[in-house]
Amino acid sequence: MISARGLRKSFGDFEAVKGIDVDVRKGEAFGFLGPNGAGKSSTMRMIASVSPVTSGELRILGMDPATDGPAIRGRLGVCPQEDTLDNELNVFDNLYIYGRYFGIDRATCRDRANELLEFAQITEKAKSKVEDLSGGMKRRLTIARSLINNPDLLLLDEPTTGLDPQARHVLWDQLFRLKQAGVTLVITTHYMDEAEQLCDRLVVMDKGVIAAEGSPRELIEAHSTREVAELRFGVGEHEALAEKVEDLGDRVEVLPDRLLVYSDRGEDVVTAVIDRGLQPIATLVRRSTLEDVFLRLTGRSLAD
Amino acid sequence: MATATTQSTRPTGTLSAWEGMARQYDYWLTVYKRTWRGGVIGSFAAPLFYVVAMGVLLGGFIDGDPSRLEGATSYLAFIVPGLVAAHAMQIAVSESTYPVMGAIKWHKTFFAQLATPLAVRDLVNAFIAFVVFRIASACAVFMLVLAPFGVFESWWGPVLAWLAQVLVGTAFALLTFGVSARLKSEEGFGLIFRLGVLPLTLFSGAFFPIANLGPVLEWVARLTPLWHGVSLSRMFCLDTVDWSLAAVNLAVLVVLSLVGWRWAVTGLDKRLEV
Repeated sequence: MISARGLRKSFGDFEAVKGIDVDVRKGEAFGFLGPNGAGKSSTMRMIASVSPVTSGELRILGMDPATDGPAIRGRLGVCPQEDTLDNELNVFDNLYIYGRYFGIDRATCRDRANELLEFAQITEKAKSKVEDLSGGMKRRLTIARSLINNPDLLLLDEPTTGLDPQARHVLWDQLFRLKQAGVTLVITTHYMDEAEQLCDRLVVMDKGVIAAEGSPRELIEAHSTREVAELRFGVGEHEALAEKVEDLGDRVEVLPDRLLVYSDRGEDVVTAVIDRGLQPIATLVRRSTLEDVFLRLTGRSLAD
Repeated sequence: MATATTQSTRPTGTLSAWEGMARQYDYWLTVYKRTWRGGVIGSFAAPLFYVVAMGVLLGGFIDGDPSRLEGATSYLAFIVPGLVAAHAMQIAVSESTYPVMGAIKWHKTFFAQLATPLAVRDLVNAFIAFVVFRIASACAVFMLVLAPFGVFESWWGPVLAWLAQVLVGTAFALLTFGVSARLKSEEGFGLIFRLGVLPLTLFSGAFFPIANLGPVLEWVARLTPLWHGVSLSRMFCLDTVDWSLAAVNLAVLVVLSLVGWRWAVTGLDKRLEV
């Protein structure tokens, strides 16, 4: 579906994407995980065939965005990071009119719009103004709009950023259903839980390059331990205490508010820490996540 | 960069100009349905205000001497063709300033549209087609309202004058679109209205014969796009057509429109390329 080789994007002197190789296969949910400014959105815009490739090779659905842009865009669904819904049109018209841009005839557009309102669970809002929708509803409408042309490939740029937890879960459920229906999804996110939930395969991006690639499980196995012991001490003590627990795990990460000790046996770490007479204010043993993978690969946390 | 490639070989799946506009018909129809009421009231009221204030009240102080009024038998007959041409320009500029910036910056409509098979030139074409429609209907109403006042010398003249008004409006819409697509902030629009639209309206021969400006300024006035529209519009309305002058006026406006289209498309192309 997508094949990129040495893909680059520059804006003047600034290089946002510094030569990445990516392959997305039919039917999978593929993720770009990385902090803000990692080059995810620039990559997405190149894939969406609206932003010209600076150098390297890019094939979308077997076509070249430089010469087949309109043909590619006709088969893509794009859910941009910022809502680009038309506030002056009502909810139904946002879908209907968008369908017309793809050359879909009026009757089909109307049917599709009604189906998608149902899918997005906003049928009762069909005649409402977009302004009156909640953030979650707007996002669902944006996704519904991106499906109006039955796309072969759906691009979702930060689909749940800014949504409350409940709205996120509704949205994830919908994306799951799309995935099950066989739609190929490409998602960018800086939420590791979102990437774990939705993506079959993902690349971790940082500063315009790919730091690692694999399924969430593979990445965790390759770059982190099975478990993590989180130790919280008093403010400002973490740096100094890191040395005292260093030998207890494979490695230790110092965060401003806690120490992370990576070990396959987290409980043992906590017991040993207490045996040494250190008195953490709070402890937590959990499984490694993609957040830990990211921390390992870049030395920074995703929230930075 | 992108425009260079579109010129040599069109990308596969490129829509014909007609298809590109047809796909946006429903969008602009919806926009029109939402805004037509205000437009209609404006198009009826504005000409009546002008006619009463300028033509009747102000015109009462002015002799209807055809030799000094470019062949018009009354001041009203003199200013009507110019007023309508200036009105066309004003609609063109106001419809191509804030709405263009809005579609780029505030509503991001252009970005959403560009994620579909539509291309930048399709967006420009449909946008301008809508503005031209607004100009054409407003000028038609203006002319029809004034027809009973005996300001036209033939039945076919006003029809050609109307086409000239639409043409001058088209040229201004395209040129303004190009400027708006390049402006980063709406503060520039104040300048366009105060230092562009206002002086053009006042000094391009709509209210007085440009011969009154003196030899130098008269030539400056002849160089303004609006004057060419006023000139065409007036010659047709008063049936005083100098065909060689008309050909020059027409050529200038057509060239300006073509240059304006290019200017608008390249401007928007650059602006939306992110």
